[in-house]
Amino acid sequence: MTLWFVNARLIDPEAGVDYPGAVRVEGAAITEVLAENMPQGAHEGGGRVIDCAGRCLAPGIVDMGVQVGEPGARHVESFRSAGRAAVAGGVTTIIARPDTDPPIDTPEVLEFVTRRAEAQTPVRIRHMAALTRARAGREMAEIGFLSDAGAVAFSDGSRVVADTRVLARCLTYARGLGVLVMGHPQDPGLSQGACATSGKFASLKGLPGVSPMAERMGFDRDMALVEMTGVAYHADQVTCARTLPPLERARRNGLDVTAGVSIHHLTLNEFDLADYRTFFKLTPPLRSEDDRLAVVEAVAAGVIDVICSMHTPADEESKRLPFEAAAAGAVGLETLLPAAMRLYHAGALSLPQLWRAMSLNPARRLGLPGGRLAAGAPADLVLFDPDAPFVLDRFALHSKAKNTPFDGARMEGRVLGTWIGGAQVFPFAEA
Amino acid sequence: MTFNGAHFLGIDGLRPDEITALLDLAERYVALNRSASKHSDALAGMTQINMFFEASTRTQASFELAGKRMGADVMNMSMASSSLKKGETLIDTALTLNAMHPDLLVVRHPLSGAVDLLAQKVNCAVINAGDGRHEHPTQALLDALTIRRAKGRLHRLVVAICGDIAHSRVARSNILLLNRMESRVRLVGPPTLMPAGAADWGCEIHDDMRAGLEDADVVMMLRLQKERMDGGFIPSEREYFDRYGLDAEKLACAKPDAIVMHPGPMNRGVEIDGMIADDINRSVIQEQVEMGVAVRMAVMDRLAATLRDARQRERLRSSVDG
Repeated sequence: MTLWFVNARLIDPEAGVDYPGAVRVEGAAITEVLAENMPQGAHEGGGRVIDCAGRCLAPGIVDMGVQVGEPGARHVESFRSAGRAAVAGGVTTIIARPDTDPPIDTPEVLEFVTRRAEAQTPVRIRHMAALTRARAGREMAEIGFLSDAGAVAFSDGSRVVADTRVLARCLTYARGLGVLVMGHPQDPGLSQGACATSGKFASLKGLPGVSPMAERMGFDRDMALVEMTGVAYHADQVTCARTLPPLERARRNGLDVTAGVSIHHLTLNEFDLADYRTFFKLTPPLRSEDDRLAVVEAVAAGVIDVICSMHTPADEESKRLPFEAAAAGAVGLETLLPAAMRLYHAGALSLPQLWRAMSLNPARRLGLPGGRLAAGAPADLVLFDPDAPFVLDRFALHSKAKNTPFDGARMEGRVLGTWIGGAQVFPFAEA
Repeated sequence: MTFNGAHFLGIDGLRPDEITALLDLAERYVALNRSASKHSDALAGMTQINMFFEASTRTQASFELAGKRMGADVMNMSMASSSLKKGETLIDTALTLNAMHPDLLVVRHPLSGAVDLLAQKVNCAVINAGDGRHEHPTQALLDALTIRRAKGRLHRLVVAICGDIAHSRVARSNILLLNRMESRVRLVGPPTLMPAGAADWGCEIHDDMRAGLEDADVVMMLRLQKERMDGGFIPSEREYFDRYGLDAEKLACAKPDAIVMHPGPMNRGVEIDGMIADDINRSVIQEQVEMGVAVRMAVMDRLAATLRDARQRERLRSSVDG
């Protein structure tokens, strides 16, 4: 079956351009990308034609670092609810985090979640696995078996492996298998007990703070071990200006290092905590405006490779607590695209730059075929209007958990349609 | 947040004229408290619940006495030992109490912002009696009243706040209030006990106590909060006393008529020399306790008046609707 997208504004992250054109899809793959609005062949041959009316057509988002509540917290977020939120937000591939309960640290658990995910949602879900058993930082997980079972990367989530000898052995072993390790750059001692970034604001509010220096120290330590072992390493979130020079240096020295950042750290800052708003409590905590600007610039310059949602569902009860006692994290699958449009409309990042970070780079880093708008790529596509304004109502989100920091926020950017492997998955078929 | 609102949660949000008005009212209660019949009926018929999620003797006693002298029915709940241990959340506790129709809720909690959270969930007046390291607004008011009575004014004074600034809600509320009243605030303490970003608060920072006390009108000592130390902020109590404990020699750097304050309870020989604390010519520590009852009466008086006005309006509205 042939599917034509005509009269579209194509976002090509590979070439770094956007231009009016058309895309032909045969079955599950893109077969042709044309720089003409209404190609001759479109209305012949009996395929379906979708008139995009000048809206943007881009590769589906590859969201690297999503927490789904399976196993352990299906009542907070299931594969089904996360999948619905994903396609409503233009996300076609979810890279699930292993910080579940129990964690994904054995091939058996990995096979279970893989089966569950496939049965529950059309979204492509790939799993990361724990680097150490029970994410406890003491013994390494079965990295080989887990890799065979389909784990795309290894990570203990936001828990730092504090023992450098354990970490060094894990990295050495991972290097031997050629697998990717995702680290959480943070010094565990300095950040202990902190729930905000230290500074005038946190001090005034009486919140225990952590210096941005803790992130750089964690990163520096990890870089030393990467240099020692030669492993492929991805820093899950680089959120401070001080971490950027060592990141650039590591790259210059030829280390196989990439870095990501959450959309929240690109669009919000510490002042958003205001009067103890727990929906803004994140890991790591929101940073100063100077840091935010530096990190946005680093994404534009390609120093930071990946933008992700760091989707972390939390139920109402765990957020309705005093700030220090409340759970950290925010949902983001559905709001990643509209929040990214804030950066686009502010002139900070172009659409191809955004899609390079949200789709192309994560796919490349994980060895997945998506993220490209080219013949031969899978037909994972999102059609969206970057200018459509709306006020976000958190109870309208498709996630089971409604802990978004954007509740009541004025946003722009609406997903009009999402396709995975050539099949339309959004808007939902049922009314 | 402002005092014209329904709650009293912090100094942050109070205007200078509101602070002055509160202190003026508190003066009247000082006179009342010194008279033979220490009774007013400003809170007659009202119920006041003191909820202390953190152990306290003085503040709780002060609020209790203030409420009783104004004719309220006062109930003390020591939360540190009850429902929290049974797993009840703060909000559920608040809603349970709310159903008992209190008029005034006095709350102390070990976490910053917890009192704000609670105030959003109940429909009575909430008074912050200290939340985490955030604010302790009635302490700042009683300190201000004590200073004003000793010095005759609150502006153009040099006030040195000394000790564990980082963990102190008393310091935060005092800094906010004194800055607002146009005094010069100095923060004196070892760098490990100085909060990050304090230099941006409009205060002078000193780690040398003698320099910090130079020409000070007021020396405000803070308790070294041992219960908050998770270890290693200072090498030892005796080294701390040597560098940052207030003794006669360091006090000599301040103005000859400088007053010495302490929010209590004191650690004699740690942050303050017992001789100084007991020196009736310099120490106003006992007067602070007296002013505490008076300012709490003033605060509750104002909140009760706001509450009555609101209820009056409600009655009028329902009679018009009916």
